[in-house]
Amino acid sequence: MERSDAELIAAVLKGDAESFEPLVQKYSPRVFATARRYARRESEVEDIVQEVWCKAYQKLKGYRGEAPFEHWLMRLAVRTCYDFLRAHQRRREAAFTDLSQPEKDWLEHFVTDAEGTNEEALAARQLIDRILSDLSPAARLVITLLEIEDRPVKEIAKLTGWSSTLVKVRAFRARAEMRKVLARIAKEKYL
Amino acid sequence: MNLDDLQRKLIKAARANPLSEQVPLAFEKRIMAVLKGRQVIDEWAFWARALWRAAAPCLVIMILLAAWSFLSPTASTANAGSVSLDVAQDFENTVLAAADQEPAAESFR
Repeated sequence: MERSDAELIAAVLKGDAESFEPLVQKYSPRVFATARRYARRESEVEDIVQEVWCKAYQKLKGYRGEAPFEHWLMRLAVRTCYDFLRAHQRRREAAFTDLSQPEKDWLEHFVTDAEGTNEEALAARQLIDRILSDLSPAARLVITLLEIEDRPVKEIAKLTGWSSTLVKVRAFRARAEMRKVLARIAKEKYL
Repeated sequence: MNLDDLQRKLIKAARANPLSEQVPLAFEKRIMAVLKGRQVIDEWAFWARALWRAAAPCLVIMILLAAWSFLSPTASTANAGSVSLDVAQDFENTVLAAADQEPAAESFR
């Protein structure tokens, strides 16, 4: 019979470390998906997920069972991803000339026919990845959670540990920062 | 070029990007191996656990000794009155020893 999360956690806290394995197995897909939002290389993704699980194991005593384990774990995952972004901060300041040919073609297409541009094209995904990697860690995190994952401000505040006001302020700054990056990329050719 | 439109399109592109939930093979085994490697003995926790475990036997010993001291044959009912009387007399003599000596010294003058 499959044991519930609460039973597994209670067993781990009593000293049965093996009971942690089913939790890792069950929730790793979610943690991997989250980590892939913030890291490109698979080795970095694996490092983030490993760090999340190590922290979860160490801090398991602090889990009071008031919210589902998954929520608690996702908070830990988001904060670990933010720490990763801060540790690997690199401001490359990409320009139009740095874009790949498909990315340039997609932009050209957008200029000529904005409505008809396919946002599901691989080039668009690569371009947004490039732009997000040019943002500051806080801006990237808030754009990802608020705009891409479409989460409410209250939930983002819980996930990040920031106040709702701070989330709103950072979201405003993040949008401005993103527009600045886009302007820099497009300036050379279109502005 | 409308940057707001471009931003909106790119956000849509990111939303349309399905994130893989794929987990590397035997990843949970790797995590468990890492956790076992990282486990460090917490000395304070070790002592706390040992002291908590020692508390129960200490309590039992205390109860047994208390019971033994109350029920020991030296404090039998036959001698109990005289023993307690002796102790009370000794206590009174000790406390009043100084007062007893002063009238004796005055009578010598």
